[in-house]
Amino acid sequence: MKILVCISKAPDTTAKIAFTNNNTEFDTNGVQFIVNPYDEWYALVRGLELKEQHSGSVTVLNVGTAENDPIIRKALAIGADEAVRIDVNPTDALQAAKEIATYAKTQGFDLLLLGKETIDYNGSQIGAMVAELMDLPYVSLATKLDMNETTATVSRDIQGGTEVVELSTPAVISAAKGMAEARIPNMRGIMAARTKPLNVVAASGASASTTISSYELPPAKGECHYIDADNVGELIELLHNEAKVI
Amino acid sequence: MSILIYANTANGKIHKSALEAVAYGSKIATDMGTNATAIVVGACDDTDTLGEYGATKVLHANDAKFNSFDPSVYTKAVTAAVEAEGADVIIFSHDFTGKAIAPRVAARLDAGLVSGAVDYPKLDSGFTVRKAVFSGKAFANITINTDKKVVSLLPNSVDKAPVGGSATVETFSPEVGAASVTVKEIIKESTDLPLTEAEKVVSAGRGLKGPENWGMVEDLAKALGAATACSRPVSDMDWRPHHEHVGQTGVAIRPNLYIAIGISGAIQHLAGVNQSKTIVVINNDAEAPFFKSANYGIVGDAFEVVPKLLEAAKAFNAANN
Ligand SMILES: Cc1cc2nc3c(=O)[nH]c(=O)nc-3n(C[C@H](O)[C@H](O)[C@H](O)COP(=O)(O)OP(=O)(O)OC[C@H]3O[C@@H](n4cnc5c(N)ncnc54)[C@H](O)[C@@H]3O)c2cc1C
Repeated sequence: MKILVCISKAPDTTAKIAFTNNNTEFDTNGVQFIVNPYDEWYALVRGLELKEQHSGSVTVLNVGTAENDPIIRKALAIGADEAVRIDVNPTDALQAAKEIATYAKTQGFDLLLLGKETIDYNGSQIGAMVAELMDLPYVSLATKLDMNETTATVSRDIQGGTEVVELSTPAVISAAKGMAEARIPNMRGIMAARTKPLNVVAASGASASTTISSYELPPAKGECHYIDADNVGELIELLHNEAKVI
Repeated sequence: MSILIYANTANGKIHKSALEAVAYGSKIATDMGTNATAIVVGACDDTDTLGEYGATKVLHANDAKFNSFDPSVYTKAVTAAVEAEGADVIIFSHDFTGKAIAPRVAARLDAGLVSGAVDYPKLDSGFTVRKAVFSGKAFANITINTDKKVVSLLPNSVDKAPVGGSATVETFSPEVGAASVTVKEIIKESTDLPLTEAEKVVSAGRGLKGPENWGMVEDLAKALGAATACSRPVSDMDWRPHHEHVGQTGVAIRPNLYIAIGISGAIQHLAGVNQSKTIVVINNDAEAPFFKSANYGIVGDAFEVVPKLLEAAKAFNAANN
């Protein structure tokens, strides 16, 4: 089974979010970058588990510049066999999806896995776009994934419940919480990752269709209004008369 | 030119989020001097309600092949409607269905997509849509540069008051090809109010000590007509189901009222909830960071405060009904 896991780089969850250049650019000063948690914790780990069950290989793919090599090495340390980096800094999801699809079309993967969204742009777009561009079936927000030969059985979140679906491979699946348990790379994995192949592929030249005009920080919250623990009725009254939410 | 809105259904009825999407799309149509058409895919017996929210026409693709949700089949139905209507702007709700098909439609049309929009597009210099980024820690204004534009609207973002119009409903029979995903089983959860669409949410964290103590949280939620949520460790320890986990690596929500009980307010938790309109924090530690993000705070033991609050909420309900 040949598995591709698409990983994206994201700012660490504790990163302070600030902008420069007249609020048009994310200020990366002092920001640590990590593998997007949904890609790492769920998509990658489930990919590795499936490989362990069925044999085969797990390739991680990132669309990005050489700055991303450390997070790609992290994915290799967790257990991916090899990595591919498509050498362009994409500025929107459709551009990244086109690059992924152009590359993956020629590689004969049985399964393309990725996280349900990134924690920076929260788009939840790339998986579905790649599926459409490759004309493959797609299941979004999968919480469980099992494979046999050419069939994938997937549980996915839907409005008010869970749906269990079956589809034939090749297929694209986006992973949500529940699909696997995060793995921490061990020393052997970290050593091995240094020598695993990281192939850099030239971009196909796809262009973006959106641009970010500006960023804004949310307005600051006012002071907290404290209510005495012995007088909680006041809270209900404030929620009704002042906040007008009940 | 026109605006096309994908109107989601649930159990054969127009879904609440679809009314909001239609209200949103028809306001854009008015601003752009055009009409709003809604497309409904699958069985639905109240398509005419969409007229009340501003659609002037409803295309209803109501064939057995749409009975189960296959994103690629639904994508083809929507893109066929885009073509039939000459639509330039396509609106989805950013919910489970919208997340599965909006990006496919965008890829198929080679159109720019903004997902999770929180406001109407600004049309003065192009088409610029605001959305939350960095899991709610900031906003971005994103300009779509392609002729066709796709937007998915974060539920509970704009007003959805009926405008009192009416729509003509037409049967729509697009060519969609065969399904590639077969539904084996649907497992219903007890709640029919998805967290992302709830206007009120009562959430609790590790401060509640164990799953056996969630009764009072559920009772309070019920009394307030709210959905329940939890912090990440709580779902990691299986005290609560995964879909209740809110935060940067869980569900991001923006209800009108968020009540956080025994949650410390870690940055990753705040990221998913800090866009709530009103935040109430109940914590026995006056130094808990969550109070800095709260509108209302009660410093006290949850096991004493929550039962009292439940009584007060019940008394309020009794007095107001
Ligand atoms: C990469 C990453 C991603 C993460 N993503 C998320 C996420 O998406 N969502 C999320 O929630 N967390 C997330 N976390 C975890 C986050 O950092 C915190 O650890 C977590 O939110 C803490 O949960 P808590 O507030 O329930 O527990 P605690 O931090 O243990 O807080 C419990 C609180 O309860 C209070 N308390 C105790 N007893 C009582 C009582 N009797 N009455 C009232 N109050 C009481 C305490 O004072 C304390 O403030 C993430 C962490 C990392 C590293």
